[in-house]
Amino acid sequence: MSNEAVLHAHSGAHDGHEDHSHEHHHQSFISKYVFSQDHKMIAKQFLITGMVWAVLGGFMSVLFRLQLGYPDANFPWLETILGKWAKGGHISPEAYYALVTTHGTVLVFFVLTAGLSGTFANFLIPLQIGARDMASPFMNMLSYWFFFAASIVMLSSIFVETGPFSGGWTAYPPLSALGDASPGSKSGMDLWIVSMALFVVSSLLGGLNYIATILNMRTKGMSMTRLPLTIWALFFTAVLGVLSFPVLFSGFILLIFDRNFGTSFYLSDIFINGVGALPNEGGSAILYQHLFWFLGHPEVYIILLPAMGMVSEILSVNSRKPIFGYMAMIGSLFAIAILAFLVWAHHMFVTGLNPFLGSVFVLLTLLIAVPSAIKVFNWLTTLWKGNIRFTPGMLFAIGFVSLFISGGLTGIWLGNSALDIHLHDTYFVIAHFHIVMGVASMFGMFAGIYHWFPKMYGRFMNNTLAYIHFWVTFAGAYMIFWPMHYEGLAGMPRRYYDYSIWESFKQFQDLNQFISLVAMIVFAVQFLFLFNFFYSIFKGRKVTTMNPWEANTLEWTAPIHPGHGNWPGEIPEVYRWAYDYGKDGVDFIPQTTPVGADESVEH
Amino acid sequence: MTTTVPQRVSKNIHPHKFVMWVAMGGIIMMFAGLTSAYIVKKNQSSWLQFDLPIEFYYSTAVIVISSISMFLSAKAIKAGKFSQYKIMISITAMLGIIFILLQYLGFKDLQARNIAIVGPKSNSAASFLFVITFLHMMHVLGGVIALLVFWVKAIRSSVEKSSLMSVEVMGTYWHFVGVLWIYLFLFYNWIG
Repeated sequence: MSNEAVLHAHSGAHDGHEDHSHEHHHQSFISKYVFSQDHKMIAKQFLITGMVWAVLGGFMSVLFRLQLGYPDANFPWLETILGKWAKGGHISPEAYYALVTTHGTVLVFFVLTAGLSGTFANFLIPLQIGARDMASPFMNMLSYWFFFAASIVMLSSIFVETGPFSGGWTAYPPLSALGDASPGSKSGMDLWIVSMALFVVSSLLGGLNYIATILNMRTKGMSMTRLPLTIWALFFTAVLGVLSFPVLFSGFILLIFDRNFGTSFYLSDIFINGVGALPNEGGSAILYQHLFWFLGHPEVYIILLPAMGMVSEILSVNSRKPIFGYMAMIGSLFAIAILAFLVWAHHMFVTGLNPFLGSVFVLLTLLIAVPSAIKVFNWLTTLWKGNIRFTPGMLFAIGFVSLFISGGLTGIWLGNSALDIHLHDTYFVIAHFHIVMGVASMFGMFAGIYHWFPKMYGRFMNNTLAYIHFWVTFAGAYMIFWPMHYEGLAGMPRRYYDYSIWESFKQFQDLNQFISLVAMIVFAVQFLFLFNFFYSIFKGRKVTTMNPWEANTLEWTAPIHPGHGNWPGEIPEVYRWAYDYGKDGVDFIPQTTPVGADESVEH
Repeated sequence: MTTTVPQRVSKNIHPHKFVMWVAMGGIIMMFAGLTSAYIVKKNQSSWLQFDLPIEFYYSTAVIVISSISMFLSAKAIKAGKFSQYKIMISITAMLGIIFILLQYLGFKDLQARNIAIVGPKSNSAASFLFVITFLHMMHVLGGVIALLVFWVKAIRSSVEKSSLMSVEVMGTYWHFVGVLWIYLFLFYNWIG
């Protein structure tokens, strides 16, 4: 009833009992491709916008890696594209910090939050739970357009005279609160905060929809414990977003007041060179850090959980085995979601935090190892003795598991407040979070794209290009970030512009050069993926069967090119969980197959 | 798959109503964040003590009454008493506007007592009071705009079946901002 109600309420033409495919004749270009309310089109909009940002954000990292790898070299072409920010072909310190900041903001929020969960929550939730669309397709459309507006504002900040914000993606005051603190703190910061406010609205609108859709609009027979793990992961992701983004927003509001209306929430009587002492009194910059990290930590799980969910699904499909420990997987997702809210101060061990309080956060942080280990164990046991099909999606899923293990282990180091005193703000931290959250989630995203591309566009991507893309990216990711652990252990700090002038860090010059070189190669290889993606949309091998991967979930029971409403006629009914692979000697049993009389009972 | 799928009836709440509940969870988190920041800040140095503006007491009464009129308008539309619904929904909107005006007068009152809420001379105590109250005002304003839309719809057309659900969603939100204000009011009095 809810399903029909929603489509009726918003686009009267849709009727659950008729064939949807012929409706395309009535849709204009604008309503089909631009202001679309179809969750599948919105998903593609999120994906392609995310890709644009990934290219921009990735290119920024190439630029600042040039500085780190070749601090003495001049690249005249840099002046051509960056102008005054790279006088004489040498990136200026201001530009360096602006690049690092924008790279972080863009990758964390625009690529791995909007691009990842925006794409796959929109695409998979209605298709995998058996719904015609989201609870509110209109809000869903708004969610994308708020993200688009945020993108435009962020993009425009790159072009203002004083440059984009340059105080780090965390936007700590006083750099973010005082226009006089640095060039990037002027209008670049204004645009940054407007963009982020729009982004928060986008995330909230999306998250509300995902939760309501999953809880209310499942098809008949689709109980919560029959949901594919992708949906569980996207559900917890949305819950985390809805509960933590508003707190970030409250932190931003106080920041706006400090910045523009002279209040003293974060600012105190700081002395600025050339300006003098501020009239502010008694503000606390640490207060901002608490509000920021209360979002900031859940944010890493907002990024990671969708990847975990998709990887679970892809591993099971391509191992031709049920996922190992389905309930444990849900339980560990739940545990991670709860713990996500209780560990934020581990980002703040060196802020003068009370050591006793710190020890509580150490304990809670290390507890995350438990659900994480459960997940890793279950992924490995799903692979164990599986009849593995090494599709590109599968390779990226296995790559995800590898990266999650490697990056997760260093999390145990950093979670200790005593060790963190040495490791904080070193390259060790960069290595840790890039592997465990950045690259791992990118791998989850690639896995998802390769796996669901046939459902999105009715064609396959090219496998050869995909394999090259995988192996170079996988090897490259380790070659870039593994050496950073050594640099970090040796005390090499983050965020420095030029290490060659430091006696202690000069020794890493060659290593930095190596990292930069690999980073450029890996960046270049992503264009193989992009070419593969866009070429395959139009020219890829056509999908000829509804279920090319022989998977159990509902999206593969929809037509190859589903219309708005997803299923012509009735929504299929569900009789079993999503992981009946190799049961009773049958390779796979879709969720829509009724349980046979002589079937064995377990699940 | 070919057999008719029986309609899933009414065990679940309508998705739009559910969306409102989840959104309220998000709004609660935002105010929880702000009021915790308030507590943290209060325990640090130079916190100004002052009495809450008297207007806030009046506005509390106004928003409680508006909740009652909202309740009555939902009740009226359920009973099919359309003219009563029109009156009640417009009363609710009016009370919402009065609430916002009273909050504004409350800020004026602070200024009259030389307590700066923004600017270089401001103290965080007053700034916090202003920012939190202002954000709540914005939520009430959103509600008032929605109420006015309902009111215009009610004048223009006759009763529609579908509007019952949206009136219920509206009522949920309106009671929520009311309760939220009562929480803030108690918070200011208890902590501040």
